[in-house]
Amino acid sequence: MFGAGGGTSSYAEVEDTDFVLLWGSNARTAHPIYFHHVLKGLSKGAKMFVVDPRRTASAKFADLWLGIDVGTDISLANAMSREIIAANLHNKEFIEHATSGFDAFAAHVDEYTLERAAATTGVNANAIRELAHEYATAPTAQILWTLGITEHHNGVENVLSLCNLALLTGHVGRWGSGLVPLRGQNNVQGGGDMGALPNKLPGFQDVADNSARAKFESVYGGPINPEPGLHLTLMFEAMTRGELTALYIIGENPADSEADVDHTRKLLAELDILVVQDIFLTRTAQLADVVLPATVGWAESEGTVTSSERRVQRVRAAVKAPGDCRHDYEIIGELAQRMGAKWTAKTPEELWNELRSLSSMHAGMSYDRLEAEGGLQWPCPNIDHPGTPYLHGWLWEDDLGGHVPAPFSITRYEGPKEQLTDDYPLRLTTGRALDSYNTGVQSSGYESPIRSGSHLEISEVDALNLNLVDGERVLVSSPRGRVEMHIKIEPDQVTGLTFSTFHFPELVDLNLLTNNEWDPLSGTAEFKAASIRVDKLPIGTSRG
Amino acid sequence: MADLQFGDARPDGEEIKIVDSFVRKTAVVREGERVIRGGITRRHEQRHLLLPGLHLLQNSQGWISPGGLNYLAEVLQVPPAEAYGVATFYDLFVTEKPSTPGPQHHICVDAACAMAGSADLLSKIQETGQRVHKSPCLGQCERAPAMFIQEIGAPDRVPADADDLFHPQRGDSSLRLLRRFGVADPVSIDSYLSNGGYDALALALNIGSEAVLSALEASGLSGRGGAAFPTGTKWRAVSEENSSSKHVVANADESEPGTFKDRLIMENDPFAVIEAMTIAGVTTGSERGWIYIRGEYPLATHRLNHAIEHARASGYLGSKIAGSDYSFDIEVRRGAGAYICGEETALFNSIEGQRGEPRNKPPFPTTSGLFGEPTVINNPETLINVLEILNNGVDAYRSVGTDQSPGTKLFCLSGHIRFPGLYEVPFGVSLGELLQIAGGVVGDLQAILMGGAAGRFVGPENLDLPLTLEDAAANETTLGSGALMVFSHEVDMLEVTRRLAQFFRDESCGQCVPCRIGTVRQHEVLLQIGAKGPDQTQRELLDDISAVMGDASICGLGHTAASAIQSALDLGLLPSGAS
Repeated sequence: MFGAGGGTSSYAEVEDTDFVLLWGSNARTAHPIYFHHVLKGLSKGAKMFVVDPRRTASAKFADLWLGIDVGTDISLANAMSREIIAANLHNKEFIEHATSGFDAFAAHVDEYTLERAAATTGVNANAIRELAHEYATAPTAQILWTLGITEHHNGVENVLSLCNLALLTGHVGRWGSGLVPLRGQNNVQGGGDMGALPNKLPGFQDVADNSARAKFESVYGGPINPEPGLHLTLMFEAMTRGELTALYIIGENPADSEADVDHTRKLLAELDILVVQDIFLTRTAQLADVVLPATVGWAESEGTVTSSERRVQRVRAAVKAPGDCRHDYEIIGELAQRMGAKWTAKTPEELWNELRSLSSMHAGMSYDRLEAEGGLQWPCPNIDHPGTPYLHGWLWEDDLGGHVPAPFSITRYEGPKEQLTDDYPLRLTTGRALDSYNTGVQSSGYESPIRSGSHLEISEVDALNLNLVDGERVLVSSPRGRVEMHIKIEPDQVTGLTFSTFHFPELVDLNLLTNNEWDPLSGTAEFKAASIRVDKLPIGTSRG
Repeated sequence: MADLQFGDARPDGEEIKIVDSFVRKTAVVREGERVIRGGITRRHEQRHLLLPGLHLLQNSQGWISPGGLNYLAEVLQVPPAEAYGVATFYDLFVTEKPSTPGPQHHICVDAACAMAGSADLLSKIQETGQRVHKSPCLGQCERAPAMFIQEIGAPDRVPADADDLFHPQRGDSSLRLLRRFGVADPVSIDSYLSNGGYDALALALNIGSEAVLSALEASGLSGRGGAAFPTGTKWRAVSEENSSSKHVVANADESEPGTFKDRLIMENDPFAVIEAMTIAGVTTGSERGWIYIRGEYPLATHRLNHAIEHARASGYLGSKIAGSDYSFDIEVRRGAGAYICGEETALFNSIEGQRGEPRNKPPFPTTSGLFGEPTVINNPETLINVLEILNNGVDAYRSVGTDQSPGTKLFCLSGHIRFPGLYEVPFGVSLGELLQIAGGVVGDLQAILMGGAAGRFVGPENLDLPLTLEDAAANETTLGSGALMVFSHEVDMLEVTRRLAQFFRDESCGQCVPCRIGTVRQHEVLLQIGAKGPDQTQRELLDDISAVMGDASICGLGHTAASAIQSALDLGLLPSGAS
């Protein structure tokens, strides 16, 4: 809503903030390094409220945990907005100065009463009121979120409803206040920044923008298609229709990671040609016609990565890659050359300087500066610019720095696409464990003393109703598939909610169950909300 | 800050009952299935209940079981590994199931008790099949050999507490600090009131904070724990701190071997300590008082708790004390057998439910003390001096003693002295005169250990030494806590120094390297020294250890862990001449 996609704040800000609202994120487990910054903030006296269907390891550090029902985030956020306005705690001066659409927004959220939110979220009205008041009255406050917000069919609306809270209270564009989406990998931010988005060129320049395209065409030495490409989910739909028949996958393992994964594997197997570039022979790579072995980004490659706080940092090769592995940029460059392109930049630094000439937000970041200053945060438009610790400071400038006011967004509560039914009466949500990473490509090769495999975590009440004992192996079914797995009874688990990781697809193919309803704006599937049933295995069939 | 991962050990019903009855406000509160209140602030607020909780488990079960510890840690939301670290820090807590459920007898093996035959007492009890534990000084040196008993389900006890107070100066009209000893009934607030009690508080409320601070500064009162820091300066610093929460702490963790003055004050004049703390509270703007008393002082603990209850009932504690606008109340916290907790910052950590390890200074307690808040910390002897200054005025107070050491001082005499006990004399009385007051040396004087284990030995040639802060310093010795342990020629001083070295080896908290390793090496060298005394290499080694501990330790324990031994070497109390 404010423009380029990036966290607004620096890591250090959460150490100085007064209030942390951790929403749909188990950062303690999934972002352990970032959470150390959070813990410093808490030690210095910040309060933390956690909104999450599960009482996660992060929630155990919370002053108040609100265990909302899966997918009811907008209901909660809108009720908070309504309460903040009703209690006259909104920042009227800021709203007047820096935002637009407040009146329509206020009218829209008026129906989201505390009582209604309590009914939809399952959290009592007093707790919601307390959260709204604490957030609004804190001198500085940050909202941190991850996939609990975005892995829904309406993930973008979820994000926008959180942005509304920041605009309402002025908790953005200042040190210690902001909106912080935590990224799952060291370079997710960098991928988007470098144009790995279907409608963007590097530096978030639009492919439809003729002058931007012309600039890139002159350097790349060839025409660029002005039509936006497809994002992942649309690609699979195009495959289903037989329109997309050739696929080049770099460092992604959709044969394990996609929701409704059985369907995905069929599509990949039916392609005319599948090329996979990866560091391991993943399940996806096993389906490929051509596998291009690549170097590991962290230890075997030269270049830069960009963290969630928009900090571009140098990475260097520490060891020589084994066998015939080659750097990603070499493989892509050689392919481009075979296809007739005449790229002049050969080394990572030459490539980087080429980017600096094309993307103004990176223009000031020379390798020398990145080295000397421990990385720089974009935007950094010229060699004398210090980089930008937090975004949207213009919201507080007299003339808004020439920007148009930031708009409030109208977001409507819908709930998850897949509602619970008598046949599938339990909610399944998914997440990560501390010592594992996504489908396990990069983590299952290592042993960990705390790894416990994929269990279906289930409440005491549900286990009792289903006559299950802790550790029992059960049949778990969704409308799309079924898997056998062991249950783990969690004392803090809310009745009706189940949870599992999907780190061990070889053992438990959990994404057979998950829902591929996806957000039309982000292309992200609703991993966080499937409906399932749990059945005892017939006597004698349990494999123990 | 750690995640809370609790082990599988489960508490039994009794342990659950004990913990639940004690912790009324749990760190985690469930407000329905989907709302749970918790957080770091609540964890921190509850953490100080760990030490009293461990006391309850120890007392009810005779040890702290893994299940009981787990449960207490869970209720308080303390990481169990940290709770275990705290439980194992203290001598009085046992984390392995004892061989028999019978009482545990702690028998002092430090110098004064060793001279009085503690070894015999120990073997006598051992022969009956009962449990014994060799203890460091129990603070009963005037009635050695000392014993302290823990028993399941019964209050901890000291058998000698049944005896009447021995007060060698009884009837002496010149007494100031001890004047109520044996005169006022220590369990009656009316008796305290009719013997001048609470006159000083009334005066302090009347003249106001600034006048009290000025009087203290003019009096020249300095801390009686050994460091001799000016009390008025300390109080003023806290009164000037701008903080919504401040504390007054009585450091009653009297553990310096040979010292028992604070125990006798608390047993015989408990209201005086409470009144003086209350004056500190109103003068410095502190509303919370804490008495940290060593765990081996059951009678003093009982008397203080009793006195606090009665003071509260009579309006001298609580809100609007003595009809004023001030609020002040006191909690008593028991230590659990750790010498180091007498170090003021270790004491704060102990109250806070951490291991009793000293902190780096600065920051000093006046700015960042208990719970990180401004704190006045004084020992009971220092505190009751405040009453004398206010009741009689600065001039009267300064009318005895010397210019730099005004007033009187309490001395604890033990060992080879005719009438071991607590004596109050004006500063400036000579060492020899004090020994005469106490009936004289029994036998042929070899040496006197001044200031306890952290002090220094002096020989018979020092009997003319005037007992003042300035004269002690000029003679490179110290009055320390006022302990004077007398040794005749019967005593093998090598054994005494070995025991001192072992004491520091046992009591070092292990936090800093110079002290952790130095105290062990020092003890080892003394064990190696034969009948001929230290050779040159051994002497150099002891000197080096002393220098490193003195220069580089975090706290006073390490700084002074070699001082008595060094002085014994310098005085030739150990055999010498080996090569």
